[in-house]
Amino acid sequence: MNTGLNKISGRVWKFGDNVDTDVIIPGKYLRTTDMSVFAAHVMEGIDPQFSQKVKKGDIIVAGENFGCGSSREQAPLALKHAGVACVVARSFARIFFRNAINVGLPIIEAKIECEEGDIIEIDLEKGLVSNKNNNYQGMKLPGFLLEILTDGGLVEHRKKKALQ
Amino acid sequence: MPTISEEILGRASGKPAKAGDFVIADIDYAMAHDGTSVLAVKAFREMGAKKVWNPSRIIIAFDHIVPANNETAAKLQQNIRQWVKEQGISNFFDIGEGICHQVFPEHGFALPGKLIIGADSHSCTYGAFGAFATGVGATDMAEIFATGKLWLRVPQSMRITVEGTAGKGVSAKDLTLYIIKNVGADGANYRAIEYYGTAISDLSISERMTLCNMSIEMGAKTGIVPADEKTAGYLKGKAAEKYTPVYADNDAEYSEEYGFDAGDLEPQVAKPHEVDNVSPVTEVAGTPLDQVFIGSCTNGRYEDLEVVARILKGQKVRTRTIVLPASRSVLIKATEAGIIATLLKAGVIIAPPGCGPCLGAHMGVICEGETCLSTSNRNFKGRMGTGGLIYLSSPETAAASALEGKITDPREIITQRK
Repeated sequence: MNTGLNKISGRVWKFGDNVDTDVIIPGKYLRTTDMSVFAAHVMEGIDPQFSQKVKKGDIIVAGENFGCGSSREQAPLALKHAGVACVVARSFARIFFRNAINVGLPIIEAKIECEEGDIIEIDLEKGLVSNKNNNYQGMKLPGFLLEILTDGGLVEHRKKKALQ
Repeated sequence: MPTISEEILGRASGKPAKAGDFVIADIDYAMAHDGTSVLAVKAFREMGAKKVWNPSRIIIAFDHIVPANNETAAKLQQNIRQWVKEQGISNFFDIGEGICHQVFPEHGFALPGKLIIGADSHSCTYGAFGAFATGVGATDMAEIFATGKLWLRVPQSMRITVEGTAGKGVSAKDLTLYIIKNVGADGANYRAIEYYGTAISDLSISERMTLCNMSIEMGAKTGIVPADEKTAGYLKGKAAEKYTPVYADNDAEYSEEYGFDAGDLEPQVAKPHEVDNVSPVTEVAGTPLDQVFIGSCTNGRYEDLEVVARILKGQKVRTRTIVLPASRSVLIKATEAGIIATLLKAGVIIAPPGCGPCLGAHMGVICEGETCLSTSNRNFKGRMGTGGLIYLSSPETAAASALEGKITDPREIITQRK
């Protein structure tokens, strides 16, 4: 099966532990349905220039408890619409984890070593992350979550189910 | 041998549930506010759904930006009001009614043994009533609106026991911050917390709400205080439907256990920029303040305002101090008791019931270089305004600090009064 999720490759941006939803997208930008607003302010709380630096297909590598805090779905939406292809973290806060799957932002829990700017490869189906030196076995998503991601999120997944 | 969570999720999914299982559960009550309902309704429509699964089990409350601060917010709120009407959702609480997590229990939806999902991370507050209550995002909420069901992973449970009696000037918020300090910001990630011990049963319903509200700040999926006679007393004449309290079996399995003694506690303060960056107030006393905010789903209830009024009575605040009662009924009760007049005479600004400055979206925003002491639940970097510093404390500490214009140990003020 080739879903596109078995070969995600991109350049790494590194972040630390406990990256919260307020720094991913501050509360003052939430009242809109315009995704470009979220993308324009992504990670502003940590690096106000990040939205200009990040390129389509880049990958975020972070520490523990990524996405802690609020239930705002604008957080994974901001990352997705800024072009982030995948978030690799040592662990995710649970609401962020659900929201990322639901909006179709690929994520994987894995403990990897790499440097900012490295090119890494991710196979979500196998739960594998690789850089030029090592392969890291991360957490494999259950099949039904992988299906939602493959369809591009829960809304698309529901639409597809309704057509079948 | 089930934990409270296993028991509730087993009942809701129609078969025995064990930690680690994935279940599809029937939701008893679903809640969203003006912030999350916008994307939830958008996703609901995009899914092709036409009617909600059960309008009487959906609660919508406007609290995040109330009253609307600009045309965009007004337009988004207008859309939701229209949708609520179309769908026949009668449990709609428009601006001014209060914070969702206050209004929800006041109307008797937070019931023991129920499975409650809210599109807000602090939905775990309803665990104070013995419910399994957790937060999700907007698209999950759209799924519930459409089907009444949601997939959930049955969490492992953590048991926290607190014995002993807290001293003067120490409240449930201090206990909560102290627990968070010890468990850590992700120490309960994916866990359900069950709270036990004499110090927990001694807590009032309002104090239990403070405690359960902040379970998410340790990453927990929910935090539950088993229902008792206080719960039944609160719910008498208020419960939206019949309920059956659920308790853990004696041999229920816990992934971690913690024990604390409330007698050891001093007033606590969480320092910027993490909620688990907690120290006794004595270590940060003297920190100059630009603003004090008293309110939020953590500490904006009548009991909180009462304690603040007791400290501020006949005095003048030295820092700009914003108080937001958590709901209309809290505001009415505080007005009738003379508390609001006491606060106004002390120089406090009273703002309308809602989330207010907590999330930094409007009113009470702080700027670069300013410091705010808040009774809310999050001190994340930039949350109340870019470049601002946020400390978190109890209403007692906030009131004492408002009087002095700097972070102050409330025990000093209380002792002086004697």
